[in-house]
Amino acid sequence: MSELALTLVRLAFLGLLWVFVLLAVWVLRRDIRQPEDSTGSGRVKKKSKGRQPKPPKPPKISRKQKVRGNRLVVIDGPLVGTIVELAGAQITLGRAPDSTIIIDDDYASSRHARIYESEGSWVVEDLGSTNGTWIDRSRITTPTVLPVGAPLRIGRSTLQIQN
Amino acid sequence: MKSRRTTELVLLVCAWALGILGTLQVGWATGEGTPPRLWITISAVALIALAMHVVVRFRAKYADPIMLPVGTLLTILGLIMIYRLDVADARRAELNNAPLPTPDVYSQLTWFAIAGILFCGVFVLLQDHRRLQRYTFTFGLIGLVLMVLPLAPIIGTTVNGATLWIRVGDFSFQPAEIAKILITIFFAGYLVKTRDSLALVRTKVLGIGLPRPKDLGPIVIAWFISLGVLIFQRDLGTSVLFFGLFVSMLYIATQRRSWLIIGFFLFLGGAYFAYENFGHVQARVTVWLDPWSYADTTGYQIVQSIYGLANGGILGAGLGQGFPNLVPFASTDFIVAALGEELGVTGIFVILLLYAILIERGLRTAITCRDGFGQLLAAGLSITFALQVFVIIGGVTGLIPLTGLTTPFLSYGGSSLIANWVILALLLRISDRSRRPDLSKVSPDDAMTQVVPRVNQS
Repeated sequence: MSELALTLVRLAFLGLLWVFVLLAVWVLRRDIRQPEDSTGSGRVKKKSKGRQPKPPKPPKISRKQKVRGNRLVVIDGPLVGTIVELAGAQITLGRAPDSTIIIDDDYASSRHARIYESEGSWVVEDLGSTNGTWIDRSRITTPTVLPVGAPLRIGRSTLQIQN
Repeated sequence: MKSRRTTELVLLVCAWALGILGTLQVGWATGEGTPPRLWITISAVALIALAMHVVVRFRAKYADPIMLPVGTLLTILGLIMIYRLDVADARRAELNNAPLPTPDVYSQLTWFAIAGILFCGVFVLLQDHRRLQRYTFTFGLIGLVLMVLPLAPIIGTTVNGATLWIRVGDFSFQPAEIAKILITIFFAGYLVKTRDSLALVRTKVLGIGLPRPKDLGPIVIAWFISLGVLIFQRDLGTSVLFFGLFVSMLYIATQRRSWLIIGFFLFLGGAYFAYENFGHVQARVTVWLDPWSYADTTGYQIVQSIYGLANGGILGAGLGQGFPNLVPFASTDFIVAALGEELGVTGIFVILLLYAILIERGLRTAITCRDGFGQLLAAGLSITFALQVFVIIGGVTGLIPLTGLTTPFLSYGGSSLIANWVILALLLRISDRSRRPDLSKVSPDDAMTQVVPRVNQS
């Protein structure tokens, strides 16, 4: 085989390797750009089409606005008036003594739910509780964004994120 | 979300076609012509890849579409380079009138087939990755036993100073590769249960909040045993891998930056201790600082590797046109140097990007996964890839002291290939679950009509 042909094959092989990488990156990009594909709230929204009143929409949050709220207030139930500052670390709720907010209530599970920060908003996730975690009147099945002011019900208690 | 299986198939076909082109190029450039048994080799690779694709299509429909083709392309690139080194070895044997060495590429292909079977086995046997959590401590124990196994009297074997292999008859195996997976599962299962108390319950020691000994105990024990074993087996690369894995999984589980700081200082302490006490560690560091002074003795390998990379330059010498066989262990530890010589910087960047894509998809799987165990497992498995790539490629290129680790998917060696394909299968299994749209199978209507006591109105 001639020198020229070999050089061409060599460059073609390198070029095609790059084509493969770019193809993979292109697939990646399409995957990421799919609207709301990976968050739990997006999925709930998709499923609920026409079958169920929409769960509270995750508020549009830009980094500048910081409307996500910074404290969690118990507005109803035995612990009414308790305020927990939300700062980075996750908050666990339940009857277990090592929870951040210990909900001593027959209707709460020992590890009931957790609230954590994700992409600038607070997300509540049910940790397999018996009686469920509710935002307003809908029971959450996947991690859901908890907007400011929405009532989060766990057992006998109602909590709310306030600014 | 679409299942994206067809995308995966298209990418797999591309990877396969690249494999054919590369193999042909080696044949043309070395003057061998069309490689012997080419059709058998490429149809075997096609069959393995297709089998894996079909199993994923039916058993994990929503799994990530990119990881399988990327892993396949890396394995194929490894096969091409191993074939190319076989050709070089045969040439040299011919010149010296020595008997022809047995080609490695067929045994590597056999290992790839076994890896493919195990890959499919993971999907068939494991419906849900959360089932692994039940056997947390069993896996931990088996993992530790596997790591101690090479020290056992009859089956353990020492090769080049490291006691890593077990040998039964003609069959030899590196159990640490499998132990790596089991220990990751153990760590994920253990940390997911204790992470809250690890992160929140702290006792002050000298002004620093430390977790209670009760929470920390099993981890420290596992850490000491694994590192102790690895020191006795004189395998530097694997100890670095395990240590990095422990620290990063603790960090991910607890979200406490203090673990990184503690880990960094523990690493410095351990590295200094090893440097002072072990001759082979000292030798590695000396060679790393100045390989040229030892170019004929201990630094020979790294110097040849640097010569090779320099010969490769930007566009590479071309497959079959360099001299990658001059580096000792070119097909195992130094396969990246061999690929770097023949594909150049352009090709090395493709390989690094393929690893980056693989690791990114793994970590993304961890982020989207909804159960804590899956998150930690996916993150831990991706980190084993990342650490291996960093440690070995960093070593080969002279960035960090050289430690023997296999390059995932590329290197010649059955245990490593099998272990990495099983890791890939586990990652795909987790990503199937986290990307599946109707995950809970409980329709929202059920949730709405459930009668649940609502006492909060009182």
